[in-house]
Amino acid sequence: MDFNDSSEEAAFRAEARAWLEKTLGPPASRATMKTEGDVIKASKAYQAKKAAAGYVGLTWRKDVGGRELPPIFQVIFSQEEQKFQAPVSPFGIGLGMCIPTVIAFHSADKIKRYVGPALRGEEIWCQLFSEPSAGSDVAGLKTKAVRDGDDWIVNGQKVWTSGAHYCDYGILLVRTNPEKEKHKGLTMFVVNMKAPGVEVRPIHQMSGGSNFNEVYFTDVRISDSERLGEVGNGWNVALVTLMNERLAVGGSAGPEYGEILELARNTPSPSGKGSLLQDQAFREKLAGWYVSAEGYTLGKYRTMTALSKGQTPGPENSIGKLLNANRMQDLANAAIEGEDHFGIISDPAVAPLQGAFHNAYMWAPGLRIAGGTDEILRNIIAERVLGLPQDVRVDKGVAYKDLPTGR
Amino acid sequence: MNFDFSDDQKMLRDQARKFLNEKSSTKTVRTVLNDDAKSFDADLWKAVAAQGWLGVTIPEEHGGLGLGRLELCVLAEEIGRAIAPIPFSSTLYFFTEALLSAGSAEQQAKVLPGVVDGSVIGAFAVSEGPGAPSPTSIEAQFDGSKLTGVKIPVTDGDIATHAVVLAREGAGLSLVLVDLNQAAVKRETLQTLDPTRGHARLTFTKATAERIGKAGEGWDLAEGVLDRAAVLIAFEQIGGSQACLDMSVEYAKGRYAFSRQIGSFQAIKHKLADMYVGIELARSNAYYGAWALSTESSQLPIAAAAARIAASDAYYFAAKENIQAHGGMGYTWEVDCHLFYRRSKLLAVQAGGPGVWKEKLVRRLELKNAA
Repeated sequence: MDFNDSSEEAAFRAEARAWLEKTLGPPASRATMKTEGDVIKASKAYQAKKAAAGYVGLTWRKDVGGRELPPIFQVIFSQEEQKFQAPVSPFGIGLGMCIPTVIAFHSADKIKRYVGPALRGEEIWCQLFSEPSAGSDVAGLKTKAVRDGDDWIVNGQKVWTSGAHYCDYGILLVRTNPEKEKHKGLTMFVVNMKAPGVEVRPIHQMSGGSNFNEVYFTDVRISDSERLGEVGNGWNVALVTLMNERLAVGGSAGPEYGEILELARNTPSPSGKGSLLQDQAFREKLAGWYVSAEGYTLGKYRTMTALSKGQTPGPENSIGKLLNANRMQDLANAAIEGEDHFGIISDPAVAPLQGAFHNAYMWAPGLRIAGGTDEILRNIIAERVLGLPQDVRVDKGVAYKDLPTGR
Repeated sequence: MNFDFSDDQKMLRDQARKFLNEKSSTKTVRTVLNDDAKSFDADLWKAVAAQGWLGVTIPEEHGGLGLGRLELCVLAEEIGRAIAPIPFSSTLYFFTEALLSAGSAEQQAKVLPGVVDGSVIGAFAVSEGPGAPSPTSIEAQFDGSKLTGVKIPVTDGDIATHAVVLAREGAGLSLVLVDLNQAAVKRETLQTLDPTRGHARLTFTKATAERIGKAGEGWDLAEGVLDRAAVLIAFEQIGGSQACLDMSVEYAKGRYAFSRQIGSFQAIKHKLADMYVGIELARSNAYYGAWALSTESSQLPIAAAAARIAASDAYYFAAKENIQAHGGMGYTWEVDCHLFYRRSKLLAVQAGGPGVWKEKLVRRLELKNAA
């Protein structure tokens, strides 16, 4: 057991850090990005340099532009990138989930067509699975594709699509055969997000922001040559995408114990004596957040060790988001309550950490739902890790078209 | 970067599990539980000594195997899984760690060979009454050669041959080594929540004792021993928690209600998933603690506290919800759930309760953040 870098890893880390320093400079030196357009522009510029330097697709096959390095190198690079606050967010889903699926299932010439531009940040990808009536039960989706010569005609609606409004391509899961059981009538395609009939509408979230979209498909034509995997095998293709999601999903995006510790140091305690940090009830909670945050980080290292030994990422990685989203909510809540009356102020000019705790408070409910709800993640752990039996299913052996739908 | 035990260490784990499955089934544990006169399994203790486990961290010059703390962590997890009724933790995590970190070469040579062959059973005596001990609360007195005072409760104090005791010496505190087989030591067996391990009140009346380490450094030395023991106990707690989860999963698959396996109900699934999450959180923190312990890292105080908090929480949750998952059967004497419920509480308070460790963790984080 060794929590330090090996000499090879240390050399890679130093090399990565030097490159990041040269390419990005310290975060403080950079202009603040006000609009989403600014973020996309800066991200694309950074991604092009990163690809040229060989830091994209570190673990991918060499013939698709990767370096075939063990996953631990990806972790090291991501850690360093995080320290420099590199602008990478628009590419997470595409490079983390969509492109690995394309590489696993698409034809050789299509792989060539799509992987390079994605690596260089020239084209951004999104994932189109969820629908208004198919969330946790995503295999119950309605959007249909009907064969028309060499093409398919797609009609329906997707929802919760991150970044759809700035994406160029997406991977799309649709129903191609309603006569079959619901998991068996699905097929996956690559769709051009700029194609006629694709309409993107932003969702106005409870937080006030709009990170997600509804995507409407009206007679959208997709060539059969853009099919990923066999007709009717879409569910298995989707499972590969979701398996990659487990590797791509990162840590909590909110303040952690270090930030709230500093906040509490300078906030009076509820008893009126000393600081909030001296309040015993607060200290107990702080200890819990530390244990959870560290446990998550260290658990990820355990996963990476398993990956380095050639094991595939398993459903046990479902733990991370469950822990992080709930910790984010509790920690933000405690910070706001700890500030007492003042806690209601979210104005970045007045609130501590420019309102980061308030942002986390408003983002956490979404994080507990996105990418598998808390409840679905517990089901996955129970069924796929612990081997408990599935719930009684009323949809087994029934054609999709005969399933009860409700609203 | 490698956050896992080595293949050799995993082989040791497999051997230990097989050995304990045979020699320390819950049937064996129950022979101690059901017999008020018995507070450990002497045959199992001898068998464990014969396996070499008692000398795993003891240098070869004293007859030990001279392996590292990681090997002891591996064994601790299996001991915890088997809820083995032997004074393993008292003797190795506390007593031996105290001697290895503060004992003189002479003291080590006198006692450690006996630990290796099982003839020495060690105890570590700090507590004197309700609540967390503090540097000002300790009343036992050491005058340079004699010890006077009362320690309660002392885990395995009823069967131990030796004890390391925290006592006042002049203006400060010191750790002292006492041979318990002398007339000046009175032992009274205590009834506890976990009768599979012995506990006693020890009364010292001018008992012959010798200091280990320097005078006045007793509190810091004891804190160091507790940090080391916290990591090792965390592995016992994880082993016990995992045994609870395994029991629950097996029961939930085999038990039917409303004509379905109860494990198909989400109320049960989510309960067991939460057990799993707690155990994995504890495991990750414990691995870090194991690394810090085995490398004498400066991160040990924080890592040990985090490991202990996570493991105590995980075991409490797993032990109580294991009973719940078993329904009425889980509340019977015959079903093993209560053995783990009992042991989980012993391990949660044995090296200081969760409240104390949360406080330690935050204090250490404050210092680290301020630095």
